[in-house]
Amino acid sequence: MPDTIPADSVGVVTPSVAQFNEPLSLRCGQTLNHYELMYETYGTLNADKSNAVLICHALSGDHHAAGYHHQDDQKPGWWDSCIGPGKPIDTRRFFVVALNNLGGCAGSTGPTTINPDTGKPYGPDFPMMAVRDWVNSQARLADYLGIEKFAAVIGGSLGGMQSLRWSIQYPERLHHSIVIASAPKLSAQNIAFNEVARHAIMQDPEFHDGRYLEHNTLPKSGLMQARMLAHLTYLSDDSMRDKFGRELKAEGINYGFTPEFQVESYLHYQGKKFSTSFDANTYLLMTKALDYFDPAQYHNDDLAQCLNHAQCKFLVVSFTTDWRFSPERSEEIVDALVESDKDVTYAKIESDKGHDAFLIPIPRYVAIFRAYMNRVAQELNL
Amino acid sequence: MSISTNALAKEASFTDERAAPLRQDLNIIQNWISPNSQVLDLGCGEGDLLAHLKHARGCKGYGMEIHPDSIVTCIEKGLNVIEHDLNHGLRHFKDNSVDTVIMTQALQAVSRPDRLLDDMLRVGQEAIITFPNFGYWRTRLYLLSKGKMPMSKTLPYNWYDTPNIHLCTFRDFETLCQQKSLKILDRTVVNKNHREKLSIRLWPNLLGEIAIYRVTR
Repeated sequence: MPDTIPADSVGVVTPSVAQFNEPLSLRCGQTLNHYELMYETYGTLNADKSNAVLICHALSGDHHAAGYHHQDDQKPGWWDSCIGPGKPIDTRRFFVVALNNLGGCAGSTGPTTINPDTGKPYGPDFPMMAVRDWVNSQARLADYLGIEKFAAVIGGSLGGMQSLRWSIQYPERLHHSIVIASAPKLSAQNIAFNEVARHAIMQDPEFHDGRYLEHNTLPKSGLMQARMLAHLTYLSDDSMRDKFGRELKAEGINYGFTPEFQVESYLHYQGKKFSTSFDANTYLLMTKALDYFDPAQYHNDDLAQCLNHAQCKFLVVSFTTDWRFSPERSEEIVDALVESDKDVTYAKIESDKGHDAFLIPIPRYVAIFRAYMNRVAQELNL
Repeated sequence: MSISTNALAKEASFTDERAAPLRQDLNIIQNWISPNSQVLDLGCGEGDLLAHLKHARGCKGYGMEIHPDSIVTCIEKGLNVIEHDLNHGLRHFKDNSVDTVIMTQALQAVSRPDRLLDDMLRVGQEAIITFPNFGYWRTRLYLLSKGKMPMSKTLPYNWYDTPNIHLCTFRDFETLCQQKSLKILDRTVVNKNHREKLSIRLWPNLLGEIAIYRVTR
């Protein structure tokens, strides 16, 4: 953490755990009888509980969206750029709830949790999660916190899918759905990227059919490959050129296969870091949830029809160089919302940062996000 | 390329909130719009007209805009604004999906005004269009006497940096409507202060500066 807490930071935060004993029926047909959700909150819930905002995380995110856990933390939460006093999601006005999704590996019940039936980690036996299951569990968390209706449900990427799903699944429980750098379903190319990542993990000799924890090992090499591939799809050609160009680590090339270019060393670093901090089964499960997401499939593949009974208003945001979740995919959502006469605002932000842009405080993005959240606050007299 | 709304009428922008008094041309337009109807405002700028139609006439609608600051202002006003370059047509909208498509002072700034006009009447039952008259006598005189591309309060740009790449006269526009077999339901011609005058009614293509047309198929 910086020497002093910045004025626009939520400061040092402590996660909480909510326990649920009411069985949760899942899309895959299985049931979770007991589960825990790890979550954090920032700001204060007002007397009529009307100022709550839910943050939905993406593939590798978790409940730690803003602030610091310890004085000596190097980095704040993953969306600290947008959450805090005076930031677009202004914690002086909003009560922010961020959680680690079921199946995650940051404290909520997931593949690394001990399965009460066997006394061993769930591992590959953890049920497959769908976006709708996350939304159901998030609604239970809202019940637990006494929140009947969210002022807004907000998410980027896979988080945006959850936010969109909220509008369909619990239309009466949110005023606004904010869907950033997302899509109504993955393209074949996107599913293919996920499959290459999964393949790398599952082919790692240390994977042991997903029971690596029982073998006291980790499929580090597979997870590292998966992350390296995914990471580079989150960047744009331009941003990689700006960041690395063809710069070398050392002077001159040595005609070998160890990383020589800066970009290689960066990818290795990112991959290595991820391979020990993230659970491989969680990665498999999260990418599958992404692949399966397609709410329109239950409505004759007609997204407008699918969104027809949504009651909330929408903000959709995309970024010009995001080729993993391109502006065209966001515009499919916008078109469907327009067709079903919903209130929608759409902005396409000029950025050279690729998919990662949604985590970066690009001035125009921040201005639009702030203006929209001001509108949310105004409409609800917050 | 981008189209800045109200590319020429720089002087006339209200920052008033909600149903504030409207600029005269916008006032004429709003009287042509049925209460509680669906509207689409192309190049909606800061959303003055859209806000007025929403709050004073109960209309539901979307604005399309490309200028970043204008989009933020529309969001602050609680309007539905969609970032979109009009040169890419109106593909967000299905056939006959709104009652009226409005475009104030942007026709002359798009790459193919004829195609956009078709698209407006594909999406809407009616289209309301305003644009500056290049046949206005001062414009004609400017070109005749100076031999240079006319510049004025309503046309404040140099030839090389103007967003107004397809300026036309009222007669040109009406010829286009005729070619497309479009019906002109209403036409009001005003001066640069957006006022109507008897002399303008007599010689619109010579004395009028801005025209407001209501057309349908």
